[in-house]
Amino acid sequence: MKETMLLDEAGVASAVGRVVESIAGQGRDLPLVLVGIHTRGVPVARRVAAALGNAVAGIGTLDISLYRDDLDSRGTLPVLRGSDIPAPVDGARVVLCDDVLFTGRTIRAALDGITALGRPARVELAVLVDRGGRELPIQADHVGHAVETNASQRVRVRLSETDEGDCVMLYEVGPEGDS
Amino acid sequence: MKVPPRKKDLIDIRSLSREEVEYLLESAKPFKELFSQSVKKVPTLQGKSVLTLFYEPSTRTRSSFEIAAKRLSADVTNFAVSTSAVVKGESILDTVDTLQAMRVDYVIVRHQASGVPGLIARHTRASVLNAGDGWHAHPTQALLDAFTLREVHPETAGRRVLIVGDLQHSRVARSTSRIFHMLGAEVAALGPGTLVPSHRPEWLRTFSNFEAAFAWRPDVIYLLRVQRERQHDQFFPSVHEYHHQYGVTAERLNRIRGEGIHIMHPGPVNRGVELVDAVMDYERTLINRQVENGIAVRMAVLYWLKPGTEERHG
Repeated sequence: MKETMLLDEAGVASAVGRVVESIAGQGRDLPLVLVGIHTRGVPVARRVAAALGNAVAGIGTLDISLYRDDLDSRGTLPVLRGSDIPAPVDGARVVLCDDVLFTGRTIRAALDGITALGRPARVELAVLVDRGGRELPIQADHVGHAVETNASQRVRVRLSETDEGDCVMLYEVGPEGDS
Repeated sequence: MKVPPRKKDLIDIRSLSREEVEYLLESAKPFKELFSQSVKKVPTLQGKSVLTLFYEPSTRTRSSFEIAAKRLSADVTNFAVSTSAVVKGESILDTVDTLQAMRVDYVIVRHQASGVPGLIARHTRASVLNAGDGWHAHPTQALLDAFTLREVHPETAGRRVLIVGDLQHSRVARSTSRIFHMLGAEVAALGPGTLVPSHRPEWLRTFSNFEAAFAWRPDVIYLLRVQRERQHDQFFPSVHEYHHQYGVTAERLNRIRGEGIHIMHPGPVNRGVELVDAVMDYERTLINRQVENGIAVRMAVLYWLKPGTEERHG
């Protein structure tokens, strides 16, 4: 299996920095709520929140498992973590945070999940890595690093909160690579 | 936590491993959290059909399953079964053929004869959920009881649960005592001698009167419903007598309150028989919580089960 490092620790830090700048640069007069999508969207949201400081009204987590459209094809199920968004999403500027944007299906499910909790004034999307390959009309508003990849490749983000150290790797696998 | 591979059916607690039980109890939590969202429904089972097939009357269990399925966005149909007709094995399999033709994905079955849900499960590709069969099993009741016990006692090992009532004819007692035992709780039974099974598992302790049972210091008292329709069988002298000996009377409630014991009951309650009215206002009575948890647990079960993809015959 061939592997290439797309971003090292410093690269991850500057990708987070770009996301932070982009969110701050489009500041609006609305309460800003960051919502991390389980699993690695959660540390992404936390890092962004830490950098934005007082500009953030709230931070939460979203489990999209119950909003997915592929239950039939799954022999094993994901661990359900539940969603926890302590700040009100009604009328807020909600920024969904995830590690990798690929097909867009996770984000489609996340939009269902977030609207079940309330009615945000607007919803934006921030991702650490946009790897292209969309299957749905979904785009990110805030991108840390963009890279064109194909379906036989796999992009893996490692963050020290969930893994050992920070980096983004690109693997050559089969056509079944999924993230 | 490890997620165990999905199964097709849920027929009894005995067929679940400890790991599977732990998973279902854990995964019911996020389902319960959905109840406080502005939209309580998730699209998980969109386009799936759920059929309830109740050969025995039931309002709560059927409604609970129905609400669970609807909160998962499934379509629910209640299949009307004549309760007066004597249903023979042959006609059950005819019904199964009908279900097969309707292409339902999940069938929720209650039947007065033990083993019917298992029989249906073997003849259909749909996932079958046993909602109570004869004296045999009521697995989702057991799961919701275990979930409720965990909410008040996160560490179930070593907790003491006293089950009071007709254990002989109770599938609830059978399934619930088994799951409590599986989770490491100590389980004891109290009831009229004629209603405590002579063949019982060796881990099930028995008491013949409330005084002795109180001395055992239970953490939870689980009251079984007195099935008044069985009263003509003369298993106990009278409802009044039953209340006096095995019911939670005002005096016993004082003691229960003093010792901080929780009270559970599968519902519907017979006021003045298993318990006095005041029990319903006692702060450690978990009966309404059991109802709410029942929906969450049934959602978790529906989510976990996986209907078969091929026609099965046998």
